[in-house]
Amino acid sequence: MRNADGTPMLETIDVARHFDVSRPLVQRLLAREGKRTLRAVDGVSFAIQKGTTLSLVGESGCGKSTVARLVVGLYGPTRGSVIFDGKDLSEARADSTQRRRMQMIFQDPYASLNPRWRVRDIIAEPIRAFGLLKSEDEITARVAELLTQVGLSPLDGQKFPHEFSGGQRQRISIARALSSNPEFLVCDEPTSALDVSVQAQILNLMKDLQQRLGLTYLFISHNLAVVRQISDRVGVMYLGRLVELAPAETLFTTPRHPYTRALMEAIPDLEMTGRQRIPVGGEVPSPISPPTGCPFHPRCPLANDRCKVERPEMIPARGTPETLAACHAVEEGRDRVGEPLVAA
Amino acid sequence: MTAPLLEVRNLRVEFPTRRGTLVALDDVSFSIAHGEVLGVVGESGAGKSMTGAAIIGLLEPPGRIAGGQILLNGRRIDNLPYAELRKLRGREIGAIFQDPLTTLNPLYTVGQQLVETMVTHLPLNPAQARAKAIEWLELVGIPAASQRIDSYPHEFSGGMRQRVVIALALCAEPKLIVADEPTTALDVSIQAQVITLLKSLARDKGTSMMLVTHDMGVIAETADRVAVMYAGRIVEIGAVRNVVLNASHPYSAGLMGSIPPVGRRLERLQQIDGSMPRLSAIPRGCPYNPRCPQVFDRCRMERPELMPARENLAACWLYAEQGVPRHA
Repeated sequence: MRNADGTPMLETIDVARHFDVSRPLVQRLLAREGKRTLRAVDGVSFAIQKGTTLSLVGESGCGKSTVARLVVGLYGPTRGSVIFDGKDLSEARADSTQRRRMQMIFQDPYASLNPRWRVRDIIAEPIRAFGLLKSEDEITARVAELLTQVGLSPLDGQKFPHEFSGGQRQRISIARALSSNPEFLVCDEPTSALDVSVQAQILNLMKDLQQRLGLTYLFISHNLAVVRQISDRVGVMYLGRLVELAPAETLFTTPRHPYTRALMEAIPDLEMTGRQRIPVGGEVPSPISPPTGCPFHPRCPLANDRCKVERPEMIPARGTPETLAACHAVEEGRDRVGEPLVAA
Repeated sequence: MTAPLLEVRNLRVEFPTRRGTLVALDDVSFSIAHGEVLGVVGESGAGKSMTGAAIIGLLEPPGRIAGGQILLNGRRIDNLPYAELRKLRGREIGAIFQDPLTTLNPLYTVGQQLVETMVTHLPLNPAQARAKAIEWLELVGIPAASQRIDSYPHEFSGGMRQRVVIALALCAEPKLIVADEPTTALDVSIQAQVITLLKSLARDKGTSMMLVTHDMGVIAETADRVAVMYAGRIVEIGAVRNVVLNASHPYSAGLMGSIPPVGRRLERLQQIDGSMPRLSAIPRGCPYNPRCPQVFDRCRMERPELMPARENLAACWLYAEQGVPRHA
């Protein structure tokens, strides 16, 4: 499944998705206002190597789920391109062999399974849709194999989704996603609707499956602790843009962008070291009218006049060159790594 | 020792259904001292929110208190008539729920809601109450409070709305706050702001708090003591440090172990196999026995009560030798 040529499994190049959120035409004319655009994703570039996991983290409204939907083709990009295994997805859209190779796991296992279908039909649907197996016997055997693979019993195929707990339903979602033998899975908050003990089960299962099947994951989450457990690389998003992209270990040991540092600071301290936390002030601004310059500048303790006008680009950070960060303070070396993040 | 502010004794909540009676809470006993923050944790369906609802008298019918007592300042509140209960809610017990949008009435401005609460419960006239409402909004960190007081709930963001809810819960100066997942609907950076606020206000006003959440991090930072619930029962209760760092009950230990640490990467997370039993199929003996790695014969036959287990109290037969089990 891994080919040696180093082509990433997935690459996005300056991909953007805007939504028209204008009021109806008549109201707009009466109020004499123009069209309004919500820039949910505004120029995001990253690549995921085969067999690895890239996670996108950020708060609600940062555009991480929109990126997931762009990647699987549920939305078309307004600008930029999504390249899957060397092929531009917009050209490959009609190509069903390409579609089969990527699948998605959704957040809410209560909403993503049809309550009126038996589990075996839910799991067999992609097999039938793509015509992967012809005879019913083969399909039954494959469904049983998939159920076993995700830690359920083949007999569970007879049941309906309501007979399962949240964690078991998420296992069914995973079995369904795996049924078309995909190489790439997009997981949009797959554990955030689950209890912690069940979350651990699902994360372990996802890791096992990745090793066994050589899967590539795009993992979307708001939970940094979960992201640390599962990722090879991590991208941090804020208001529709990536602000930092780095190998997971680097990001967690030396976060560079002030927003990443603020997010880390906001995590409650379970080990109870008595560390005083300094919560970041303010809230995420509206993506309909994002701040000028760096979108984080109104909340950033390191912001200066340049940050208010000039939008920073993703460039290698001083000191940790494997990190890409979009921050003038990091570029200018005035980010005081290792010190508490407070205004000068 | 002074009497506790809240005392819950052998509380039992039942839901009669067509297929028999479900026991949602079984023999739940705990107390909260003046100024103390008690965290209540557990997985969904463990009965943590139900316990909060029973205390405020907001159990959804057909759920009902079938046994036990709830005492506030030594006075029974579980059998009060409706009118009495209404006076108690807000004045004596404040409530903060998960979703700030459904807590606030969308048809009234936040000022109207604050003023109404204060005029109902405190000896204030509407003008005094309005001045006080502005003070409260400032206290919970709403910028330009004197202008924002006339805004409707939908004009606030999620974090700001939850601040309004906190002001609303605290404005009649209750002695006890029942906070049910107050930060779950919020983003992490906002969560930290709200927790810090709740903690400092409770400390300044000497308010006791029952903090229901599934987020162990929030508990570790906020609570003095923690109760861990499983299948409608308290399985362990003790000081926050002892429970989080050195849990006695195998379930609490498993629960703490399954939280992914942010400080390091583990090859495999500790997991608890299986899932919590449904209320209609709670196993005999210890309800945790089918999932417990340390299960032995007695666990399958007899149900353990809370008994001393190291520094905590735990409902687990592993600790039976340590002391005489406390039979209720």
